[in-house]
Amino acid sequence: MVARRLADESVQPAQFAFTAENAKWAEWKIGLYPTGRQQSAVIPLLMRAQDQDGWVSRATIETIADMLGMAYIRVLEVATFYTQFQLQPVGSRAHIQVCGTTPCMLRGAGDLIDICKSKIHPDSHHLNADGTMSWEEVECAGACVNAPMVTIYHDTYEDLTPERFEEIVDAFAAGKGDTIKPGPQIDRLTSAAEGGRTTLLETPSAKRTKFVPPPPPADAAAPAAAAPAPTTASKPKDVSEEAAPALKGTPKSAKVSQAKAEGERKAANASAKANGKPNKAMREDATGAESKAAKVDGGKAPGKKVASEPADGASATSTKKKAQPGITPKADPAEVNPVAEKGGAAPLFKAPKGAPDDLKLISGVGPVLESKLHALGITKWSQVAKFTAADIAKVEDSLSFKGRVARDNWLAQAAALAKGGEAEYIRVFGKKPR
Amino acid sequence: MLADKDRIFTNLYGQGDWTLEGARARGAWVGTKEFIDAGRDWITNEVKASGLRGRGGAGFPTALKWTFMPKVNDGRPHYLLVNADESEPGTCKDRDILRHDPHHLVEGCLLAARAMDAHLAFIYVRGEFIRERQRLEAAVEQAYEAKLIGKDNIHGWDLDIIVHHGAGAYICGEETALMESLEGKKGQPRLKPPFPAGMGVYGNPTTVNNVESIAVVPEILRRSGAWFASIGRANNTGTKLMCVSGHVNKPATFEEAMGVTFEEIIEKHCGGIRGGWDNLLAVIPGGASVPCVPGEKMRNAVMDFDGLREVGSSLGTAAVIVMDKQTDIIKAIWRLSAFYKHESCGQCTPCREGTGWMMRVMERMVEGRAQKREIDMLFEVTKQIEGHTICALGDAAAWPIQGLIRNFRHVIEERIDQYTYSSTSDGAVPSIAAE
Repeated sequence: MVARRLADESVQPAQFAFTAENAKWAEWKIGLYPTGRQQSAVIPLLMRAQDQDGWVSRATIETIADMLGMAYIRVLEVATFYTQFQLQPVGSRAHIQVCGTTPCMLRGAGDLIDICKSKIHPDSHHLNADGTMSWEEVECAGACVNAPMVTIYHDTYEDLTPERFEEIVDAFAAGKGDTIKPGPQIDRLTSAAEGGRTTLLETPSAKRTKFVPPPPPADAAAPAAAAPAPTTASKPKDVSEEAAPALKGTPKSAKVSQAKAEGERKAANASAKANGKPNKAMREDATGAESKAAKVDGGKAPGKKVASEPADGASATSTKKKAQPGITPKADPAEVNPVAEKGGAAPLFKAPKGAPDDLKLISGVGPVLESKLHALGITKWSQVAKFTAADIAKVEDSLSFKGRVARDNWLAQAAALAKGGEAEYIRVFGKKPR
Repeated sequence: MLADKDRIFTNLYGQGDWTLEGARARGAWVGTKEFIDAGRDWITNEVKASGLRGRGGAGFPTALKWTFMPKVNDGRPHYLLVNADESEPGTCKDRDILRHDPHHLVEGCLLAARAMDAHLAFIYVRGEFIRERQRLEAAVEQAYEAKLIGKDNIHGWDLDIIVHHGAGAYICGEETALMESLEGKKGQPRLKPPFPAGMGVYGNPTTVNNVESIAVVPEILRRSGAWFASIGRANNTGTKLMCVSGHVNKPATFEEAMGVTFEEIIEKHCGGIRGGWDNLLAVIPGGASVPCVPGEKMRNAVMDFDGLREVGSSLGTAAVIVMDKQTDIIKAIWRLSAFYKHESCGQCTPCREGTGWMMRVMERMVEGRAQKREIDMLFEVTKQIEGHTICALGDAAAWPIQGLIRNFRHVIEERIDQYTYSSTSDGAVPSIAAE
């Protein structure tokens, strides 16, 4: 980490404003991101402001925070975290960024830094006497095969020797930086070996001798059937979900009332943070935004739609229960499908009558697992206590949690709970159930 | 050696036309519609058959990663996030894809998005790649204009691409930090689980792939997965962009088959080691975060995932940093420690404090101003950092030092002896408590 602070108050400008052109650009950039996610544009906007003024001032941070509806501290955090933002004024003609990381160091970046120290200022981030030049040592700038290299404004100057670098520094100091051609400063084509490339000597063509065309779309309907293809026809219940604001999908096309969507998103965000189950709320608050994912696929691939119905139809009801975000990210078709098919239509177990027990009291079972167990038809402690090895295998298969039952000792816990509830549990295990 | 006709990145050096027209002349965007029509599973299976392993460093099978995305859309949009935050010291392969073969990436995004049911792809380019980003933005614009991507495009799969950028934070190459950064926050990694495929950007299912992994997909589909799998060794298939920097006569980036030996790539593409093979001291074979390998072990090492594991290192991004015998190896590794200290995000204590601590001890070891028992202590501290942080930056900071101590302990000890020998009474060796 590097401690980075805003520049001294004496150099901070009173205000900041984008030029008309940049303001227009900023509006376009913010509009690219899904509705309600304009915060994503903070780095591009700060960078644009830096391109305009040369550095990022307190006024810049505050202006951009207001543009994006962010708290000042959040933008300050971003500006101080990312080291490419200059937090103090830089040279008006050039701010030279010398890469000093090992690959460049091995090829002589140290000499370049010495030149900066003698020609510009002994310390980095300081302006020279007439305020035209400044320099800093940066970490790897990603042109390692062209080491050593420097970055000045938007361009890189690569394959430098100390002599050549002195010429470059002098040219920029004299305001003639545009006379220097960016890129490699020796006879070399970008990153190819010096003195002529060793590969790609033949002229490439569009012809592919090994071209293998895929199976025609008609045949493809079979594999595509397993694919989700969330069509309106096969999953009527999911249509409203599709349309949830979370499915902002592509930008430039928010046809819904933006204000409404944003409000919902904020609420959803808040609840997502509160209960750690993001997007659930989002999905429930449907507004009819973009469901074109479904529509496009449904409209353009009628063959697939028909084929996909059996699989989707069977799993449609269970999907909502099973597809808890983040719980089973490694879900494999083989693991999920048994549940998807049986969970909805025919549970693995027959749920006994009467009010369900609080399965969460079994250590290792949380609210999510509990709802999954309920879906399997397991509602009572006594059921868990009587699990056979085969039952355990079935349950673990459905939950895709191998070994979970034995590891957390569900059986003994459930037996105690079934026998005498919480009191018995405390007696057996010497602690309260969770 | 790989034949030119089997190379995927045919405009790697920018010798040809990078625009849509030029890319088409080299075979891009041919057959894309058929691939899209063949469906999600066909694409995934073909990539699976190719044996493609992620090119960002970890080498996780790409197709397998795609299958982690929810099979059934639960109403949340799916996202593809392309990691073009190439910041690993030594690595500069994605840069050449972005600036010279951008249409490979754009086409790859469309196909990968189909394979994971995504209609929005983000490409997160590191902030320093300004010209590269402008080039990519232009390529995306061309693809929109030609209706290759976007709404109602000619391929029948809607896809929008947003080119986003960072601002100089190495840690944003870590996938969860990348997502945080994309959301407009500090790039501090998230805990996993939840994994990105369940809850990624904006809480929606997201797959993060390296630029190279995505950019090779169109060619794999065009020539079949079997073709890609026929190159290289089992489990280490295909071609790979390699970047050789440091003390070779002609540093270069080039595309080569996996499974060639280190000697072969150096002799064929880089004009040999500076001062000859006898002058080779050590090699960092996969970007700064993998352990260094002594020269004699490296010469015949096979450049692929398994081959480099055999010599106690890793392929990483295939960014080879070569050091000859004139190198001050302690200083070279110290500079990496300084890099990690600079780039630690500050979230986990072992990494935030440990990287600075290691850098300061290394700084003294460069001079020799240390006790010999501190070498073991330093090694012990690297072990305390490794594996005790949210992301792998702590590990990455520890490994170069571990590699140094394991392979070049005698150099550190000689340095200490030399310092002790030449020190005067007032410049005595400090006690161990100094840190």
